[in-house]
Amino acid sequence: MTLHLKMDDRDDRYRLDDMVQGLVGTPTDRPEGKLKVSGKASYAMDVLPDDVCHGVLVRATITHGKLRDLDTEAVRALPGIRTVITGKRMLRNPAQGMAGKAPVQGSDDIAYFGQPVALVVADTLEQARHGALALRLTLEAKGDAVVNPHDPDASVEMPKKEQVLIGDLDEAMKKAAFSVDQHYTTPGHSSAAMEPHASVAHWHGDSVTLRGSYQMLAYNKAELADALGISEKNVRILAPYVGGGFGAKLGISPEAVAAALASKELGVPVAVSMTRQQVFETTMRRSETNQRIRLAADENGLLTGIGHEALVSNLPGEDFSEPVTQATPFLYRGENREIVHKIARIHRTCAGSVRAPGEAVGLTVLEIAMDELAEKAGIDPVELRKKNIPDQDPTDQIPFSSHALAEALDEGARRFGWDKRNPKPRSTRDGEWFVGMGMASAVRVNMLIESKARVTLSADGRAMIETDMTDIGTGTYAILGQIAGEMLGLPMEDVETRLGDTEFPPASGSGGSFGAASNGTAVLLGCEEIRRQLCKKLNCEDADMTLKGGYAIVGNKRIALRDVLDGDTLVGEGHVQPGKAEKKVRQATYGSYFAEVGVNSVTGETRLRRMLGVFAAGRILNAKTARSQCLGGMTFGIGMALTEELIHDRRDGHMVNHDFAEYHLPVNADVPQIEVVLLEERDEWANPLQAKGIGELGICGAAGSIVNAIYNACGVRVRQLPATLDKVIDGLDEAT
Amino acid sequence: MNPFEYTRAASRHEAATMAAGGATVIAGGTNLLDLMKLEVMTPERLVDISRLDMDDIETTADGGLRIGAMVRNSDLAAHEIVRSTYPVLSRALLAGASGQLRNKASTGGNLLQRTRCYYFYDTAMPCNKREPGSGCQAIGGATRLHAIFGASDHCIATHPSDMAVALQALDAKVEIENATGDIRTVELESFYRLPGNTPHIETELKPGDLITAVIIPPAKGSRQTYRKVRDRASYAFALVSVAGVIEMSDGKIAHASLAFGGVAHKPWRNAEIEQMLLGEAPSQDLFRRVADTLLRNAEAQGDNAFKIKLLHRTLCAVLTELTEG
Amino acid sequence: MKTTLTVNGQLRHLDADPRTTLLDALRNHLNLTGSKKGCDHGQCGACTVIVNGRRINSCLSLACMHDSDEVVTIEGIGTPEHLSALQQAFVSHDGFQCGFCTPGQICSATAMLDEVEAGWPSHVSADVTAKQDLTVEEISERMSGNLCRCSAYPNIVDAIMDVAGSAKR
Repeated sequence: MTLHLKMDDRDDRYRLDDMVQGLVGTPTDRPEGKLKVSGKASYAMDVLPDDVCHGVLVRATITHGKLRDLDTEAVRALPGIRTVITGKRMLRNPAQGMAGKAPVQGSDDIAYFGQPVALVVADTLEQARHGALALRLTLEAKGDAVVNPHDPDASVEMPKKEQVLIGDLDEAMKKAAFSVDQHYTTPGHSSAAMEPHASVAHWHGDSVTLRGSYQMLAYNKAELADALGISEKNVRILAPYVGGGFGAKLGISPEAVAAALASKELGVPVAVSMTRQQVFETTMRRSETNQRIRLAADENGLLTGIGHEALVSNLPGEDFSEPVTQATPFLYRGENREIVHKIARIHRTCAGSVRAPGEAVGLTVLEIAMDELAEKAGIDPVELRKKNIPDQDPTDQIPFSSHALAEALDEGARRFGWDKRNPKPRSTRDGEWFVGMGMASAVRVNMLIESKARVTLSADGRAMIETDMTDIGTGTYAILGQIAGEMLGLPMEDVETRLGDTEFPPASGSGGSFGAASNGTAVLLGCEEIRRQLCKKLNCEDADMTLKGGYAIVGNKRIALRDVLDGDTLVGEGHVQPGKAEKKVRQATYGSYFAEVGVNSVTGETRLRRMLGVFAAGRILNAKTARSQCLGGMTFGIGMALTEELIHDRRDGHMVNHDFAEYHLPVNADVPQIEVVLLEERDEWANPLQAKGIGELGICGAAGSIVNAIYNACGVRVRQLPATLDKVIDGLDEAT
Repeated sequence: MNPFEYTRAASRHEAATMAAGGATVIAGGTNLLDLMKLEVMTPERLVDISRLDMDDIETTADGGLRIGAMVRNSDLAAHEIVRSTYPVLSRALLAGASGQLRNKASTGGNLLQRTRCYYFYDTAMPCNKREPGSGCQAIGGATRLHAIFGASDHCIATHPSDMAVALQALDAKVEIENATGDIRTVELESFYRLPGNTPHIETELKPGDLITAVIIPPAKGSRQTYRKVRDRASYAFALVSVAGVIEMSDGKIAHASLAFGGVAHKPWRNAEIEQMLLGEAPSQDLFRRVADTLLRNAEAQGDNAFKIKLLHRTLCAVLTELTEG
Repeated sequence: MKTTLTVNGQLRHLDADPRTTLLDALRNHLNLTGSKKGCDHGQCGACTVIVNGRRINSCLSLACMHDSDEVVTIEGIGTPEHLSALQQAFVSHDGFQCGFCTPGQICSATAMLDEVEAGWPSHVSADVTAKQDLTVEEISERMSGNLCRCSAYPNIVDAIMDVAGSAKR
């Protein structure tokens, strides 16, 4: 029934290549697309029971201290108010990704401005919204709240396992023919998924069903159960459609627990959607980073040393810290290395995963430094990177599973017309605009996470996939259907994919770019199991059986699957676990970015004109949805380069720009018709699909190419992101 | 949103009478409802004027334009006479908000937009504009959006409208009707107030005053532009903006009116610099002196120091553009 | 507050708190949940519907202010079985990923094309007095009131271009 695989070694069977249905890799439309474009896909708040009550969260308006009292009486007296929930089970902040247990709980202790401390529940949304704003809190502020990572009073941790020291970087810097030693900063970012965090909780006896907007249901179930103090078997979570996540919905969030508590007390379903401001203030932010990069190179531009130091922040008691330097140990050569990772404990909104934690900001900065080195050494930026691609992981001394950086760099340069770039800044003008080109490398670590799926081939010859996996826009519905259709020889319309229900086998969930490969492998294994059962029925070996278009072909016989099944239903479960493979080789995805910007010579405004990304991520499962993931990642990079910044008040740390009017996501006009190229690649160390993650690769380093293009355009090197005009305008003087 | 009584006004008189009695007027509602949801504004009575007959655009006897208070921003921007004779106004409207918002926002309502100051928008923060006497938390805080002209110790907020900046450069007047039926017109220049120690009082409107129209005189210059500088390519408030109306005669500047957005509690205008330009032949040196004069008394609040240089450069560029050829 | 709306061609009666926005009325009272709430402050466009032929943010409008108005929501534009040309183009061009902003994008694009047809200029139009061609730049500017965090923007532009080019909305 269950086919299990622990990924201890390469899988060079290339099973998908044995198949003939011709689905995997094709640009197949999303099967759920018609529902999404007609408003019929149901997100968390789209299926409200008739007797539902509405809850709205109430925030603390101090930075650090105690909640002493709440004037619930006054609020309860307002029309329609049903209850006010507060107390020891309220979540301080969302659970970190894959925590599998509740985060810090309790509304008495306030750790950041905006922390949810109560839920006001009413018959209608209008009543609850007013009640929440009317609730008066008695708060006692502690005077000592540290809110800035550079505050000398901030306690700073240096976890031992995050530090790397190889050789003597100081010496390498001294001896270097060319070197860079610079400081850079990136601000906090918000995932800002379009669907706010929302939950509808409903109890039946001792069991709660929660319809929510979550990425990793198997973990979320455990987190919710732990937070409520009930058994996991009494929790069911539904999330068939998720309006974006980007890390912010990895862990269970305050609104889910509050909704469940309220529903339990009232005995009716309770719906709680965070306001957009609450999403900003009380779900995860990407930590701001302070980084120092040191690069030492010999006279040929070969790196002899790399230093990468990072200071990030989080709330006290949180074990996540932005892994800024994650790719630095293996991306480029250099025998002397120093990696320093520091975490400042401060009272700001909780820091957690936002699309590509680590490389998104760490690689971006490294790639700006590489551009600085290229200029100093007088070497073309593409050439400098190619020269410094190591033969194996220079830190762990293990081979790469596959490595297409050089190809991505060459292909990108060729397609973009990189040879037309004048390396001298300010050499191209278009009216009022300085025009310049920049590039950067892309890299993202690849992961496999334990995952299960059940595939059922019913007597009518149609297949169904069931898993508690989510599709957060990533294309899960499409690619799982394609994998099963390919393996079982069925057209897409004969495969139904059911996701987002914890009654189904537990999946990896969507996060860290591992969803497609991990859960796709579980589906592949489930299909292999079904194929085994079909072979048994047909009395043949798998190698002798071809499945196509709903038929089994064995030798010179072609039999409809329905007839093979003869009334039977076959079930195959797939179960994949990571194993020793990830220690034996360094697995990562690679790519390159090329950007052309205009910098306005009067105002310093930067507008992106052209952008190209070339990516290699193993086997591409769906050329259409994979391309879309890359477009999305690159656009996150555009935001990071030009507009996105969480602004915290320097006195009390509160998030000042907690809405879409002032936290500037790129709009349509900021994004040109980006070009994406996907390279052919197979990675047999990754999984039996030979596919790697692609959901995050497109953001990793993308902003670097834009910032480098700004330099090439106007000669201003921006080291504090985003490159808003105020960072550029002072450097324009000599131009006009 | 606190509970309120809703009335759809049957006439201007009814609306003005209700307003005199303390009701808040709602037209497009795009800013008022935004603020009501946050309970930054908490009216107990709303009087809806959106269906009153104030959505005409008519030419006036002297060749100007009378724009009804309920004319939607998108209709105003697309109006043939506005596009041909007052392009600065079309441009300003089109640079503002989004297509959806412009379809809803009214001319009168646009004039009465509240500031986008972060601290005004957050009811947990002291704000003299929202709660007189509570203090200004923006001072010493995040001030990227804030004023460089005319701020006070009580308020450093800016006016967010683009349309009003263009109207200011066009010497527009606001037509106001009160509850007794009296109609008066007020120059836009004196319609708006600086914050002083009463930042909660933003305009010359008295209780019961209803904006019924905006009147623009015949255009004094055919060379017009609106230049908006912002963080995104679209759908963002101005960091600074410049509305310019210029007429050239024999290679000399025969008329100049200039208004600036994103820099003060109201659309900013400076008579001295307009005077400096009159009768002069355009030159970069002249423009620099004009910009120096404009910014002589500019005062930064910290994060917004860049606006001084930005406005200087933007003004020079606008003057260059409008005087060329 | 009694309100009567014509929604997708059907007369609908509503008796709701005057505080109810048009968006909440559609979603919570009329069970038309296609229109989405992404920000509730007119800053994202996910709630875009077409009222009396014009696209607006339904979150920034009170339902009671729309008494007797004609409202078209995504449900009125097409169904999964009968998609409009724009809806089909969004599917073919992958003009969405998570799909949450999509109903708003499609309502917005549908009405936007009428605005172009009516000759309305935009911020990027070189000459505000002229009728505009529907270029990539024009579409991007006119669609900038609809945020998409998955960033299907280039695909959305392609989808609109595809339909506008073949004039078969």
